[in-house]
Amino acid sequence: MSASTYAARAAGPARRANWLARTDRLFHLLTLASAIAVLILLAGVIVALFDGALPAFRAFGFGFIFAEAWNPVTEKFGALAPIYGTIITSIIAMLIAVPVSIGVAIFLTEFCPIRLRRPIGVAIELLAGIPSIVYGIWGLFALAPFLQKHFQPAVIDAFDGIPLLENLFAGPPYGIGMATAGLILSIMILPFIASISRDVFETVPTVLKEAAYGIGCTTWEVVRNIVIPYTRIGVFGGVMLGLGRALGETMAVTFVIGNAHRISASLFAPGTTISATIANEFTEAVGDLYYSSLIALGLLLFVITFIVLAGARLMLMRLGGRPAV
Amino acid sequence: MTGPLYVRRKLVNRIVTACSIGAAGLGLLFLFLVLWTLVTHGFAGLSFGVFTHNTPPPGSAGGLLNAIVGSLIMTIIGTLIGTPLGLFAGTYMAEYGKYARITSVIRFINDVLLSAPSIVVGLFVYEIMVVPMGHFSAWAGIAALSIIVIPVVLRTTEDMLSLVPGGLREAAIALGAPRWVVIAKVSYRAALSGLVTGVLLAVARISGETAPLLFTALNNQFWSTDLNAPMGSLPAIIYQFALSPYEEWQRLAWTGALLITFAVLGLNAFARLLAARQRSK
Repeated sequence: MSASTYAARAAGPARRANWLARTDRLFHLLTLASAIAVLILLAGVIVALFDGALPAFRAFGFGFIFAEAWNPVTEKFGALAPIYGTIITSIIAMLIAVPVSIGVAIFLTEFCPIRLRRPIGVAIELLAGIPSIVYGIWGLFALAPFLQKHFQPAVIDAFDGIPLLENLFAGPPYGIGMATAGLILSIMILPFIASISRDVFETVPTVLKEAAYGIGCTTWEVVRNIVIPYTRIGVFGGVMLGLGRALGETMAVTFVIGNAHRISASLFAPGTTISATIANEFTEAVGDLYYSSLIALGLLLFVITFIVLAGARLMLMRLGGRPAV
Repeated sequence: MTGPLYVRRKLVNRIVTACSIGAAGLGLLFLFLVLWTLVTHGFAGLSFGVFTHNTPPPGSAGGLLNAIVGSLIMTIIGTLIGTPLGLFAGTYMAEYGKYARITSVIRFINDVLLSAPSIVVGLFVYEIMVVPMGHFSAWAGIAALSIIVIPVVLRTTEDMLSLVPGGLREAAIALGAPRWVVIAKVSYRAALSGLVTGVLLAVARISGETAPLLFTALNNQFWSTDLNAPMGSLPAIIYQFALSPYEEWQRLAWTGALLITFAVLGLNAFARLLAARQRSK
């Protein structure tokens, strides 16, 4: 206790009570102000980005979103190629990560021996702890050369001559490119979707599952007819949360995407994403319009991820519980 | 019980079992592959000199001292700034305004900020700090990191304070203690290891962050402790060195990646341990 407390005590109980009440009000206000600061922070982010993006929006209007050109020399900027890359890499990531992570969640809740549940669960969650830049350097120096030598040539050959697929998997095999970026993203979001799915799977009342087992269902039938229908909103929320992460992921993608401002049909071709474009070009951007266009990209990314993440949270909130990540 | 339907159901169940085991195996395989690559590439360059020498010019030997110190400075100050804000906001939500409407709004916004792309935070700080100041600085990097700390600390603070039994608070209030004394001496103390968990998780998160530092603290290849000047950090140096054509730089990048990964995973594991203890109390 400080000296002033003793002084207050000496001056009598009334003054002491008064002092304590005043301090209480002060502490209340302090915590409330901190809480409100979080709201201001979000508003500040949106306002600052909008303010920075304004010159680009003035110059290009809505065409900014639909233009493919990205030419710092002629100062023509359009967001279509980065938006395309962001969406395609995220789709690839989701196509791989969703089935795998739901498989992991089913394994952890239904098939896994109880003693192994915690260690395997923690190991999967550790994947989420590895910094993004480490995935980037691993992707560039380990994964990409492997894909280039052993995976991409085989796929290109296999689909050669089949219309449509031939274009989707066209060479040359660079190793880096949108498919590789999507694969890395899928590894990065796997632990998020898996741990949320596992958590919601565990909320299924045991009675329901036992009833199904009691009439002779196999484990898979219990999962398909009881667990998944019971938890589908939560699983979908987890998937959306993973999508939000995939859309905004920066460093890992920057390493392996190839940073080419063009839209290619082939998934093996280099491309770019919104976040990779910003990370690569921001410190080198010369000219106000260039800066402003990059900030406009950031605003677009923030708005897209905000919508996806807000949707995810609303869905998870409807379940009552909140995910840990 | 050997009809075709029965056989098919059993077969499907086997296939699904195999697939789900395969999925878990795949996850573990990736974890193993990443860590294995890190150890094989990073361990070779790990020596005492890494911690005692600054980053070298291309073509000569050196260490990562300035990057490690830069990372430590920015992580520590960023945590010191972000933690009180998150802690107090979480305290308001769990103690004073538990049923206030603003609490659910903040909870929602905070959950969104928790997984918002960190590069956007970098852009935001660039707009509000780097542009007005006219130059990149460690302070801007610190600001960006502290913005990432807030939602993590807020979230765990609110969760952990909510776990403190109401009876404890009521007992203290019945003795005539004002709310702030109850919070400081009862709630905080009961939830202490949980609150520490939140801070540790936040430290783990920001010590690996690269994107928000790229255009706030920028990077610095030389020894610098001036917070008004650009400052190097492990992630930024890894980014620069890994993409460089010089072999020594690439080797240092791997060593840096090894150091940062094990530091972050260690912090994560420690935080989890504390959280598990808090929950089982």
